[in-house]
Amino acid sequence: MIPMVSQFPTGGEDSIIAWILQIAWIVMIVATFIYGQRIQMYMMLREVESSLSRLKLMRNKGRKTAISTIKELGKTEEDPTERVDRFLEYIAIGPVELDPSGIIWRLEHLLNVRDARFKDEVKAMVPKADETQTNNMENMLEAALALNIIYKVIRHFYVLGKKTKSLYIIMQLQMLLPLIMREAEAFSNALQAFTKGQPIGDGVGALVAAKLMRGHRKKNVAKDTLMAKVSIEGRTAYVLKATGPGGNVGKPGEAIKQIVNETKGKIVAAIVIDAAQKLEGEKPGEVAEGIGVAIGGPGVEKYKVEESTLKYKIPVNAVLIKEDIGDAVSVMRKEIFEAADAAIERIKRLLLERTKKGDSVIIAGIGNTIGIGQ
Amino acid sequence: MGEVGPSERRISSFLFIIILVALGLSLVAFYQAVIAYGSEEFSLGAWFVLIGFMGVALLTYMLLQTRKRTFKLPIQAQRVATTILCQKCGFKNIRDFEQGDYVFKETEGCPKCNEKMMIASIYREAEEKGKD
Repeated sequence: MIPMVSQFPTGGEDSIIAWILQIAWIVMIVATFIYGQRIQMYMMLREVESSLSRLKLMRNKGRKTAISTIKELGKTEEDPTERVDRFLEYIAIGPVELDPSGIIWRLEHLLNVRDARFKDEVKAMVPKADETQTNNMENMLEAALALNIIYKVIRHFYVLGKKTKSLYIIMQLQMLLPLIMREAEAFSNALQAFTKGQPIGDGVGALVAAKLMRGHRKKNVAKDTLMAKVSIEGRTAYVLKATGPGGNVGKPGEAIKQIVNETKGKIVAAIVIDAAQKLEGEKPGEVAEGIGVAIGGPGVEKYKVEESTLKYKIPVNAVLIKEDIGDAVSVMRKEIFEAADAAIERIKRLLLERTKKGDSVIIAGIGNTIGIGQ
Repeated sequence: MGEVGPSERRISSFLFIIILVALGLSLVAFYQAVIAYGSEEFSLGAWFVLIGFMGVALLTYMLLQTRKRTFKLPIQAQRVATTILCQKCGFKNIRDFEQGDYVFKETEGCPKCNEKMMIASIYREAEEKGKD
């Protein structure tokens, strides 16, 4: 008997059972040496499989919600299932990056085409819906589309890892999954907000602007974007936000460009208010200040603001309200709603410190204005 | 949306073999423990009981892993409150969100002063455990 294993208690060296046990242990040790990595991969695959099933449930929930809402709102004889399934497979191809010159304008064009196409699809599904409902439906379908894409990408790498038996594909997937699942859960929660037209965390910038412009005359300055001239602390503020209460982000970059050009650059400062990703450990609803253009998304609107403010050397200030990805796309939580008043106080302090009486400023509330009027 | 998802098989052959090996080892170990206790070799018996329990633990873990897939989606509808405020007398009414509500929407007259009221806020109270 091998000396190492003979130390192990087996009930006597001559017993058959003892031999069986010895052999079983040796086989297990050898198997661990040879198939260790495979066992590890197998266990990771099980974890990925479990998350993938969860993603599939979320994706199916999104699809079902979309179909039932369209049936409810559309009130048509036609079954929307096929149309919804087609929508969920929609792909937008980005512009060529080999020649970066003019990429922003090409990207803007593609985004406009995509937006128009989405709106047309929604109108075809729910022809009797008003503009607010159409915008909310579009947002809801986009959330369902995001869930479908996440599910399909994760499934792709899962199947690929399984087919190629590559530990490294599976390992990367397994390591990233907690973050991906958080994002998917956020989109899943967003379905409720978009279906019912409830304000979401991302809309806190729009809420701040809505509070400032309430009771003042508004006019359209860009597509889906409103502006009101408001007197704050003796300064003239051009306050702008996306047109609510439907799900909409508007064109804040274009609007700021218009205002700067109309006033021939006689703007002393621009203040951009937006929701910002909080770091773990920070409290949701914390207000932070900074400089720069606080506009998320693909970058077209941010670029336009940077261009127009650079032309007249206008300083751009940012007021940020901290929240995590889950809060950004789900129904606005109390702390974030209350942070809007704290942000207004920051804006007033900024105006007093950085501008003089009689100056003109731009205040832009960024974000999806779903569930927020003006 | 035809597709190939994660394997629908409840238990794979690889897992089945591991479970069988663990079960066999545990049974042998428990049998040996009984023999050892019978011949009053208590420390040896304790060793076999330990090995037996290790096998059972491995078995249970494997079985739990296979059952893990039958969970339900634990996402619940969030409770959303709408606050309606009378701007004249300050009367406040908090109720559940209703379809069509939006912030700054004008609503019914105030029960105190009959002035038009307005939706001042719509938010959810975060219930998630340990969430900052």
